[in-house]
Amino acid sequence: MIISIASGKGGTGKTTVALNLALSLSENLTLLDVDVEEPNCHIFFPDIDYQEETVYSKIPQIDENKCTLCGKCAEVCQFNALAILPKKTIIFKELCHSCGGCVLLCPAKAITEVPHEIGTIKTSNINNIEFSYGLLKIGIPASPPLIKKVKDKIKLDKINIIDCPPGTSCPAIEAVKGSDFCALVCDPTPFSLNDLQLSVRALRYLNISFGVVINRCNIGDNKLIDYCYSETIDILAQIPDDRKIAEAYSKGQLIVNALPEYRKHFTELFDKIKERI
Amino acid sequence: MKIAISSQGKDLTAQLDPRFGRCKYFIFVESDSHEYECIENPYINASGGAGVQSAQLVLSKNPDLVITGNLGPKAESTLNSSGIKYETGASGSIKDIIKDY
Repeated sequence: MIISIASGKGGTGKTTVALNLALSLSENLTLLDVDVEEPNCHIFFPDIDYQEETVYSKIPQIDENKCTLCGKCAEVCQFNALAILPKKTIIFKELCHSCGGCVLLCPAKAITEVPHEIGTIKTSNINNIEFSYGLLKIGIPASPPLIKKVKDKIKLDKINIIDCPPGTSCPAIEAVKGSDFCALVCDPTPFSLNDLQLSVRALRYLNISFGVVINRCNIGDNKLIDYCYSETIDILAQIPDDRKIAEAYSKGQLIVNALPEYRKHFTELFDKIKERI
Repeated sequence: MKIAISSQGKDLTAQLDPRFGRCKYFIFVESDSHEYECIENPYINASGGAGVQSAQLVLSKNPDLVITGNLGPKAESTLNSSGIKYETGASGSIKDIIKDY
């Protein structure tokens, strides 16, 4: 079972929901933080040891002795990552998407693939939870290749909870792709409602079942709830704007531990998701 | 000498286009005879690497000098690697700019 926790607007509470959902369950599960530009889950597990692996993508390297400057590689490249100059061919690493097309099609076989470090993945076992998070190397512009690698840790025979990056662009889409269900975390503000509508369009296009979790449900008006009803979107949970939650969070404490009365919000959320898969 | 200039219009009365990678046209003009060729920039809407491609296009015409407003980092890198002479920060009509060469 793969459950992704996503949102349109950032800062709605995805990590809060992902963590507390994971901690409210006693089954063996995998928790993956794929917000690789800015992972947050690990902040709530201080003082644990991680196994670390470095992740590489592949970029082309051209042997100048073999290159005939024919231009086939630049012609093939969909991302304009190769430029043919009068005396040599140059590569723009940050534009390369590692498709391998140039390597395959070079008539002089002058191109080889070399590894290019894109980030790290850290993994640890915390009781029943196998937890991994990805961290993109500073300066690398594209998250999806690293997100894919973190998602290799999904165990299809277990519950997998995926804390996704916000928004609806490439990183978020890569994160939610393939999930059995996506919980969209939002709050009742105009900004969040606008971005929720974008997420809904994206998930419908991807044909992924989804429902909504309303965080800080008492701070705004009814427009968010009205929208959900008019679109027949299930509201799976509503978490109030409780100062005690903010205080616990600010101390790095998880809600289900600091405020056990909220545990049932998350166990009921899980039950509702399970029914819908 | 043959000068390549990023242009907003199709002839020498046009204003220089301050962008290089996504300019509307490239004009290749002989500074003495004022004979010129105008090419519509096919990379104006490229999602990425417009500067790289535009630089290659310009280099393929073998100009002696490139004049534009701003060069993005990848366009600049491409022109630098080729060794060609270029000037940035220019403005005004193409006709006025080439007067000095």
